[in-house]
Amino acid sequence: MTATQTAPVKSGAAGSAVFADSDSRKYRYFEPRGKRATHYEDVTVDVQPDPERYLLQDWIISFPNGRGAYSKDNTAALSSNWHLFRAPDQEWERTHYQRQSKIEAMVQAVIANGRKSGAPLHFDKAWVRVLQNHLGAWKHAEFGLGTSLMQAQRYGYTQMINNATLTNSSYKLRLAQDITLYLAEIGMDIGNFDDEAGKRTWLEDGIWQGTREAVESIMGSEDYLEQYFAINIVFEPMVGELFRSGFLMQVASPNGDFITPPVISAAEADYERNLANAIDLFHLLAHDPEHGAHNKRLFQAWLHKHVALANKAAAGLQPIWSQPHSKPVQYSDARAQSVERIGKILGELGLDLPKE
Amino acid sequence: MTSTLTLNKITAQKGISVADAAKKIADLGWNPSYVQEAMTFPTDYKITKAPKDPMKQVLRSYFPMQEEKDNRVYGALDAALRGDMFRNVEPRWVEWMKLFLAIIPFPEISAARSMAMVGRLAPGEDLRTGFTMQMVDEFRHSTIQMNLKKWYMENYIDPAGFDITEEAFGKCYATTIGRQFGEGFITGDAITSANVYLTVVAETAFTNTLFVAMPSEAARNGDYALPTVFLSVQSDESRHVGNGHSMLMSMLKEPENHLLLERDMRYAFWQNHAIVDAAIGTFIEYGTTNRDKNKESYAEMWHRWIFEDYYRTYMLPLEKYGIKIHHDDVQTAWKRITEKNYVHKIAQFFSVGWPVNFWRIEAQTDKDFEWFEHKYPGWYAQFGEYWKWYAKLSHRGQTNMLFNADTGYVYPHRCWSSMVPCVVREDIVTDMIDGKLHTFAHELDRWTAVEAFASEYQGRPTPAMGRFSGRREWESCYHDWDLADAIQDLGFVRTDGKTLVPQPHLRFEEKEMWTLDDVRGHTIKSPLITLREMSPEQRETHLAAYRAGFTINPCN
Repeated sequence: MTATQTAPVKSGAAGSAVFADSDSRKYRYFEPRGKRATHYEDVTVDVQPDPERYLLQDWIISFPNGRGAYSKDNTAALSSNWHLFRAPDQEWERTHYQRQSKIEAMVQAVIANGRKSGAPLHFDKAWVRVLQNHLGAWKHAEFGLGTSLMQAQRYGYTQMINNATLTNSSYKLRLAQDITLYLAEIGMDIGNFDDEAGKRTWLEDGIWQGTREAVESIMGSEDYLEQYFAINIVFEPMVGELFRSGFLMQVASPNGDFITPPVISAAEADYERNLANAIDLFHLLAHDPEHGAHNKRLFQAWLHKHVALANKAAAGLQPIWSQPHSKPVQYSDARAQSVERIGKILGELGLDLPKE
Repeated sequence: MTSTLTLNKITAQKGISVADAAKKIADLGWNPSYVQEAMTFPTDYKITKAPKDPMKQVLRSYFPMQEEKDNRVYGALDAALRGDMFRNVEPRWVEWMKLFLAIIPFPEISAARSMAMVGRLAPGEDLRTGFTMQMVDEFRHSTIQMNLKKWYMENYIDPAGFDITEEAFGKCYATTIGRQFGEGFITGDAITSANVYLTVVAETAFTNTLFVAMPSEAARNGDYALPTVFLSVQSDESRHVGNGHSMLMSMLKEPENHLLLERDMRYAFWQNHAIVDAAIGTFIEYGTTNRDKNKESYAEMWHRWIFEDYYRTYMLPLEKYGIKIHHDDVQTAWKRITEKNYVHKIAQFFSVGWPVNFWRIEAQTDKDFEWFEHKYPGWYAQFGEYWKWYAKLSHRGQTNMLFNADTGYVYPHRCWSSMVPCVVREDIVTDMIDGKLHTFAHELDRWTAVEAFASEYQGRPTPAMGRFSGRREWESCYHDWDLADAIQDLGFVRTDGKTLVPQPHLRFEEKEMWTLDDVRGHTIKSPLITLREMSPEQRETHLAAYRAGFTINPCN
């Protein structure tokens, strides 16, 4: 048995030999958004391939209707370059776990410390009913949005779109679980706390039926970008922030509750990131050199549908502002703030808020 | 202070039990009444029983756990650099990581996407958290693997190949196998792909060879990074196995699913064997320089992980639920690995086509020969001369291995089903699909493409089942192209515009490196197009000769 022996290699380390491309230490198959590729871009761009980048053999398995694993027509929106989008939050696995983990640690510390000091026992009685019924109902809205986004992350044409949708889903589902466990834990300290009232309220109370209809409409959409748009561009500013920032965050402490605001505050920070991602994506589409006009018409149609649902949802929630003993903020002020907020968002995108 | 008083007793407060927390979270879902959820990924399976979550973990504990795992991984990568790992790493091994890490992030992220499919189909919300965690896990795996690859690119002697990785994945004649694997998780019947092919077979059975056996070999080659990353990845798999099994148990409750389950278990096991054993078997057996005779061969590991662990303890018990298990398929796979030299013939295929790869493949040497002969008696008689030829033809100025007629090697047909070539020559079969002739590596591959991936299975309509599509035979894409032009079109040329990314050796001197001029003047022919162009008689003669195999000429 003999074979030509290869020359021994003394070291496998960078720089131990000089030859063609011995210094090629950057991914060179995509154009970074900025001067240099970010870490997020390096671990994200082009991991999901397509026939344009770079499937020589096209998709090699198809659905029975002939469509491949990912199709551009999973949404009615059009793009001259789906690959352009980069998520401004630059999220990849490590930053995602670090952020989620920090939030969980903060939320649990706040709840544990509050409970140690007996804080839930000092919550105003009417406020306890608000938490039990309405925060209890809200967790289902967050869950519905989270499952919609979980569905949506299957459909986008690029890895960047799908991963931004995936992390958005992860944030929503974490919040739904955080609220669930928070209520269960303070419920153990508060006498006669009905942990199942929230779901009943969500399903049966007239106050919540507009919100439930809006969430179910998002869950029922077959267009993944419509789901992403309806959640981040419409529902979140008009209903999500209205209830979280416009009510819970401001009304809790005057009613003796210093725990709920930090639990909910994480969601507001989540939304800032998800909103930045969504605005960047929809701005690209609304200003697409070939399809911008088509996309703006489409987005206006989505606005027409989902703003109407969100208006109905917001109006339905109005009685909640009257239920706590201490009422530091009025529904009309919170509502005006949320209308101003969506106006600013739509202004960024060059879209118009439909008239009520 | 009494002796029994502890800090824990002072600070402890009543908490919610794990079971209660999981139960409350499972109650977050509801049946919509205003607008029904869109049923976007159809299945032919019927699922009425809500699957149970065996893990009962919630996101509150999941995220910190994963962050801690990440901290260990990234800490270990830093430590590896401080310990000058690359000074002692075996380049033979790292070169194969250019292929492996080009492939694996796509199947991983596909698995994340597939959670949308099973999440929507599973009744109830009990398993939703399990699917959510798996979705985020797979996002973790995909990006942590891309990070590892970037790390190799930044620190290994020859970054070429790593630097074009995802583009190369979409084009290479070897990565086509990995694309079949990844697309299989997300396309076609949602349960066939996202549950049976992905979770019940790939994750439950074959991640053991992928993510456990392979890291062991990496460590033997001085690579401590791959084990660090992939054992961390594998630690997530137990949850995925639980998800898959729970869904499987729900489906078993419906007798009308049994025929489809038999079909899908058969397809998924056989194709996982064909793809994973081809790739991982080659990495472990041919990418290593460690020839310790006391270590397990890939065949021995396969027996432990796939035969004993998976087949005996997971597949076999399914029979009691009324599923027909094809024991003969497992035996056939085992015989392909042990008696028909499946992995060794695949290694031949990968190496003979080195000019259209994007990594370096080094010749096997005397030390390797001895180990192979010890582990696979008779190996040298069949493969020794081949690798001697490979070493001889690794020098510039020689006619490259792919086109050198002196060796006696006959380039294989491609299997239309698994995309792995028909290397066990005697098993090749052909069949017609839509009036066109196709080649298959084995009768089970023919069955997969022709009978399983169809609109009807054994008289039962299967409208959700996927189809094999695209330009599946890679060689057809470059039929009648000059080899140098094809390499240029693939993008497997270094930035000087002439030096090839792939090299048939580990010699790092500039003068040793093959360029486009060294491979120009050879015309690529698609075996399938050539076969189709033959008359029926010529075809029969060709196939008879193909089945008879070839003999490598002595290399002097």
